[in-house]
Amino acid sequence: MSDTYYNPKDLKKFEDVGEFGPELAEKFFDYYGAVFEEGALSAREKALIALAVSHTVQCPYCIDAYTSESLEKGASEEQMMEAVHVASAIRGGSSLVHGVQMMNKTKDLSM
Amino acid sequence: MKSLKTLNHNLSDPAYQLHVLNNHSESLRQQPKFEEKLKDINLFPLRPTGIEIFQVNLGYMCNMTCKHCHVDAGPDRTEVMSKETLQHCLEALRHSDISTVDLTGGAPEMNPHFRWFLEEVSELGKDVIVRSNLTILTTAPKYQALPEFFAEHQVEVTCSLPFYNKSRTDRQRGEGTYDRSIKALKKLNDIGYGKEETELELNLVYNPAGAFLPGGQEGLENEFKRQLARKHDITFNNLFTITNLPISRYLNFLLESGNLDEYMDKLITSFNPAAAKGVMCRNTISVGWDGTLYDCDFNQMLEMPVEEDAPRHISEWNESELNSREIRINQHCFGCTAGAGSSCGGATT
Repeated sequence: MSDTYYNPKDLKKFEDVGEFGPELAEKFFDYYGAVFEEGALSAREKALIALAVSHTVQCPYCIDAYTSESLEKGASEEQMMEAVHVASAIRGGSSLVHGVQMMNKTKDLSM
Repeated sequence: MKSLKTLNHNLSDPAYQLHVLNNHSESLRQQPKFEEKLKDINLFPLRPTGIEIFQVNLGYMCNMTCKHCHVDAGPDRTEVMSKETLQHCLEALRHSDISTVDLTGGAPEMNPHFRWFLEEVSELGKDVIVRSNLTILTTAPKYQALPEFFAEHQVEVTCSLPFYNKSRTDRQRGEGTYDRSIKALKKLNDIGYGKEETELELNLVYNPAGAFLPGGQEGLENEFKRQLARKHDITFNNLFTITNLPISRYLNFLLESGNLDEYMDKLITSFNPAAAKGVMCRNTISVGWDGTLYDCDFNQMLEMPVEEDAPRHISEWNESELNSREIRINQHCFGCTAGAGSSCGGATT
């Protein structure tokens, strides 16, 4: 048994999650596959979005997978880091924008 | 940077490379063999579909020492094809319907008989491809004059450019490579290569700069075209994506970076039966610098000549016997069958 919660080798077992519930897993993977096909956005752009989101949801498996995917799809290091900064800006901004709620409440409560 | 051969590195021994690919770890020992995968799809033994491409390795001498080079080429390599062997090549081509002659190396331009040989091949009416590293075209005056010579003979120029930016290109191929490559590409463009209005074909070759596979060829080609046009006003015809095969200096990189097991696993799990049917060894013959015949350039570097029953030297050329040979394979062959497939002409599916 692994002594950490995250094991890099578990990433390859992702497709096995259907073992405990094949029908829903199949629906998910069909959807997942369709999402990442070339569309209005290129596969490279989708990989960069996925990379950014991976940082926001702080998923080590996803960061691993979409770093490789972004490289394979031809993204540069600069583009990948910019994607991470976009995630960071939204993540930081989402905390900061709640400051408005704090300010509103403070003003409501203040004389 | 010196070649593995000059360093007397243990990976300069092809037998040791094959041993590593098959036995380096428990994971590699347990992987299915390429032969088994071919048997699963009724493709074993692998046989030619007919030789269409005559690839000549003019020598391992090169002005560069790229980190991923499967040839282990470099300025310190002295192996160069002799005029006598080149004449054997011409004799074979003279009596063959083979349509395409593909000149590679090392830097093929550094062979002292390069211009003469190219003119002779051209006179035979064959299509000629030169695989250029680009930077050689920016060195001595005799090399700087080559683009015009290529144009005069309607040669297809296929150039290495691992990435559309400087940092990744220089990391793989050496400091200053990107700027010199751009300079050479501009020169080729200036004389009409890669332009829609001419028939002078300019293709780029993309090799991943690391332990990952090339993505979709079309998507990468679009991105390369967009970036090179935007940054440098450079145009080209096609981008060929080529998977790095775990041989020589790239194998050394995989071992030193701890990526070998995972990379082989990726190649093997990405095995594509359609790509296997279209592997380049089925329509190509590779002539080594000393005239030895190989199924492909990769088998050449692993010193795996064509099977014993077939003619093994260009001086013994017999096309019909070569067309009925059994192609030799090993674990490195997974590199040509992963994903969309890989060949000197890019993806195969």
